[in-house]
Amino acid sequence: MSSETITLLWEYGLWLAITVGLSLLVLVGLLLCVAFLLLMDRKVWAAVQMRRGPNVVGPFGLFQSFADLLKFVFKEAVIPAGADKGVFLLAPLVTATCALAAWAVIPMNKDGWGTWVISDLNVGVLYLLAISSLGVYGVIMGGWASNSKYPFMGALRSAAQMISYEVSLGFVVITVLLIVGSLNLATVVTAQTAGIGTWLGLPSSALDWHWLPLLPMFVVFFISSLAETNRPPFDLVEAESELVAGFMVEYSSTPYLLFMLGEYVAITTMCALATILFLGGWLPPVDIWPLNAVPGIFWFAAKVVFMFFMFAMAKAMVPRYRYDQLMRLGWKVFLPLSLVMVVVVAGVLQILRSA
Amino acid sequence: MALTAIFFYLFSTLALASGAAVIVAKNPVHAVLFLILAFFNAAGLFILLNAEFLAMLLIIVYVGAVAVLFLFVVMMLDVDFAELRAGFIKNAPVGLLVGGVVLAELIALLGARVIAPTPASSVASPIPQGVTNTEALGQILYTKYIYFFQGAGLVLLVAMVGAIVLTLRHKEGVKRQSIAAQVARGPKTAVELVKVKPGQGL
Repeated sequence: MSSETITLLWEYGLWLAITVGLSLLVLVGLLLCVAFLLLMDRKVWAAVQMRRGPNVVGPFGLFQSFADLLKFVFKEAVIPAGADKGVFLLAPLVTATCALAAWAVIPMNKDGWGTWVISDLNVGVLYLLAISSLGVYGVIMGGWASNSKYPFMGALRSAAQMISYEVSLGFVVITVLLIVGSLNLATVVTAQTAGIGTWLGLPSSALDWHWLPLLPMFVVFFISSLAETNRPPFDLVEAESELVAGFMVEYSSTPYLLFMLGEYVAITTMCALATILFLGGWLPPVDIWPLNAVPGIFWFAAKVVFMFFMFAMAKAMVPRYRYDQLMRLGWKVFLPLSLVMVVVVAGVLQILRSA
Repeated sequence: MALTAIFFYLFSTLALASGAAVIVAKNPVHAVLFLILAFFNAAGLFILLNAEFLAMLLIIVYVGAVAVLFLFVVMMLDVDFAELRAGFIKNAPVGLLVGGVVLAELIALLGARVIAPTPASSVASPIPQGVTNTEALGQILYTKYIYFFQGAGLVLLVAMVGAIVLTLRHKEGVKRQSIAAQVARGPKTAVELVKVKPGQGL
């Protein structure tokens, strides 16, 4: 080999090794976090209903998720005789892969080393929207390939539901992008260092984040992300009183585990997206000494956990919607509201800039 | 550059193979799934051309919305495969004709670029230096081509209104929920106090 080829290989090899290493780091960290978030979900749910929740495996039941993992993996994977085998097994893989792939562009901190992200894409927000819209394929494929009535009903419901709420979700994201003027997620966060608070003469603080000027959109985003991830009160896809378990009826063992994992990772992604768009990502609540000395990753994680807590509380407290009410909320309430807000935000920005 | 070439051949081979699989697949649902794979590889090719905005848009619009509805419809169809086979032979000449015309046009287009490269390259707007792909696209769409852009938007709006007008039917005798009426209901409108004489009933 000539020396040129060797340098080329060395450069590509190094780049490849760094990317693979970073991806592995994020994946392992994310999966560990999801395991404990799942436990937190069940604990919060139990506390609201005045139960104890899982408390047997490990101290305070901390290892419950790992026990569940082992249980699922060691069970027999049953494939129905009438199922389309290839698509049936592909569906959970699609769900899990899409959910995990979204984390490639999520920036978690910015310090002297640069932005903590695998790929600092210029179109990060669009990438996230694209990946989250792919989640619906796992559900549709699973429902169809099961060759059974309840899963099929669940798949049809989910297709309609996820597309409906994606529209309003997209418009909410557009209002934030109008203010920031960039599709890069790290830029979205750094744009929140200045805002209403600094305008009033205060130091950079939580008042600068987008939740305050865009409060109605934050609420719409939160509810839409509940619907987009098929969480209660919008879990009509797997409503057990109507469809047994929806598209997951025929799934067992590891394929089922992959569906569950994909669902929870997608929820965590939505929490992270809400954190980045509205809650200032890794920025401290007030930019003064003891708070801004804490690493940004801590604030990012704290905000994601807070958003996840809100998701868990919504699951515990709100009764399930009826399907026509769900569609009405998406198309007749959120879509016009977010559409009007896009126009209003654009108008206000134009006035402020010309003034 | 070698890496770019490898990815180009990977994406284009997969795109062509899945495109062929779309028409060869016996099961229509499999055909739609292959179509989605083809969209994905086309998006990959766009990224290789540094057109990341178009790539993401292709996935959001075509894979995320159009193909889902397509799959939705195809899943619900009760398809008779024998009839499909018969239709294949019957429609093959038309398909070949359309394919041939498209091929001829593509060859003509590429030929024009090879024979006279200057006019073909001067038509396109070069991306300004130091501006992201998305921003460059926005700058040209909202300045130079604003009327065409708005015109395309109007055409889409008319198409949407047309689709709604064609399919909207108000069935008689369907009970609909009026949330405003439900919320406005109070004791005055919902409760009636009746004085009943003892021993008589209502």
